[in-house]
Amino acid sequence: MIPVCAIGDLPVGESVRVEAEGAPIAVFNADGVFYAIDDTCTHQDTSLADGWLEGCLVECPLHASCFDLRTGHPTGPPAKIPVRTHEVVIDNGYVYVCVSVADVA
Amino acid sequence: MRSITIVGASLAGLSAARALRALSYDGRIVVVGDEKHEPYDRPPLSKDFLTGKATTADLTLSTEDDEKLDLDWRLGATAVWLDPGRRAVGLDSGEELISDGVVLATGARARTLRGSAVVDVHTLRSLDDALALRADLQAGGPVVVIGAGFIGAEVASSARALGLDVTVVEARPTPLEEPLGQEMGAQVAALHTDHGTRLITGVGVVGLVGGSRVRAVRLADGRELPAATVVVGIGATPNVEWLAGSGLELGPGVRTDAWCTTTIPGVVAVGDCASSYNRFAGEVVRLEHWTNAVQQPEIAAAALLGERSPTRPAAPYFWSDQYGVRLQFAGHRRAGDVVEVVDGDVDARSFTAVYRRGERPVAVLSVNQPKLFGRLRRQLAVPESEVVG
Repeated sequence: MIPVCAIGDLPVGESVRVEAEGAPIAVFNADGVFYAIDDTCTHQDTSLADGWLEGCLVECPLHASCFDLRTGHPTGPPAKIPVRTHEVVIDNGYVYVCVSVADVA
Repeated sequence: MRSITIVGASLAGLSAARALRALSYDGRIVVVGDEKHEPYDRPPLSKDFLTGKATTADLTLSTEDDEKLDLDWRLGATAVWLDPGRRAVGLDSGEELISDGVVLATGARARTLRGSAVVDVHTLRSLDDALALRADLQAGGPVVVIGAGFIGAEVASSARALGLDVTVVEARPTPLEEPLGQEMGAQVAALHTDHGTRLITGVGVVGLVGGSRVRAVRLADGRELPAATVVVGIGATPNVEWLAGSGLELGPGVRTDAWCTTTIPGVVAVGDCASSYNRFAGEVVRLEHWTNAVQQPEIAAAALLGERSPTRPAAPYFWSDQYGVRLQFAGHRRAGDVVEVVDGDVDARSFTAVYRRGERPVAVLSVNQPKLFGRLRRQLAVPESEVVG
């Protein structure tokens, strides 16, 4: 598990990027629920942690492809490939991410 | 409406096809493209594709879902005339496509140096252009880029990333003055010198030296810049000459209203070839931006099908990647707007600036601050009472 931050350090609507083996991961607080996905947009190299969060969708800051935080799937072009999702564990007021080893769905 | 011809098979054309199907149009769609390639994404051509980080396959625009669009392709075919009465499009192959609706999405082409007799000067617009330029860059420098606009700057950045000696020549005193204003244009242009690219401004190019191969670029002040490869990035011209005589209002692009409709019923124009009334800008603009080539087709498809998309006027948006730095701009700047850095540090090449007209923010520029940019971009809005069209 990768430690991310204390719950209080990631308020609603905010996101943070953490380094992980292989690829960085973006962690979001979507209305009180924490989600983690691969940080790099599958379309062109840009950080989804910098994207605009609306509900359970994050919009890529470059081309406005939206990814569903729950499934990792893009809602439409230009992105074609989903990002991986990762399990978020809250323990003792701290946010952790369990890096998924599986390929994308 | 039972048949629609889309003239243009790049991002705007493909987006129009997607938008029509998304609106449940189930008639015939013919897509005409003058390149032999299937739709591909152009922005990487001056960036990762030039440096070899992206491949031709990475550029493909079509997705698996697009297979359901059921499109009738005419690739490698050029439209040569439009008969407005029959809404017939004539192709160079002799074929005539008659349909109920026509989407004009013919894009633009790179402007070239006038009167240049040297043959191997590059422009960059198409995949074939990029392949040719990439091959020459791999052979080594020095490289001279004529024009310090976004294409020129990105090519210079890519050539530097390949370790080449690069000089950028700009005839105007300040690069990017038109889109960004003098102050921010100068700040962004400083990226060149930060990264070891020579930048010469305020001096025009008077000629090229060489025969079948270019050897140097001659400047108005008498200097000669040695060059193995010359790239010209001095803007683009909309591909609308084929429409002369059709009755469409041209100049420079196909003139449309905010809904992309032209003076001919059933004919809409989108993307780089369209000069459209822009509700955000409050004037007619021709945008060569990627995002515009996605958004306008959605509006145009609705208009063709007799609907009016209820969207609020979106602020025009573009981005540019240079020397590992990301620039993002949204809105519409006019001469006289006042720009102020609202966050970050200009010297650290990480900042955000807001342009104001009176009190109202009309545009935002971010350099390496995508998150703040995303927020400020959404705050750019025209008051409802002032929206025209």
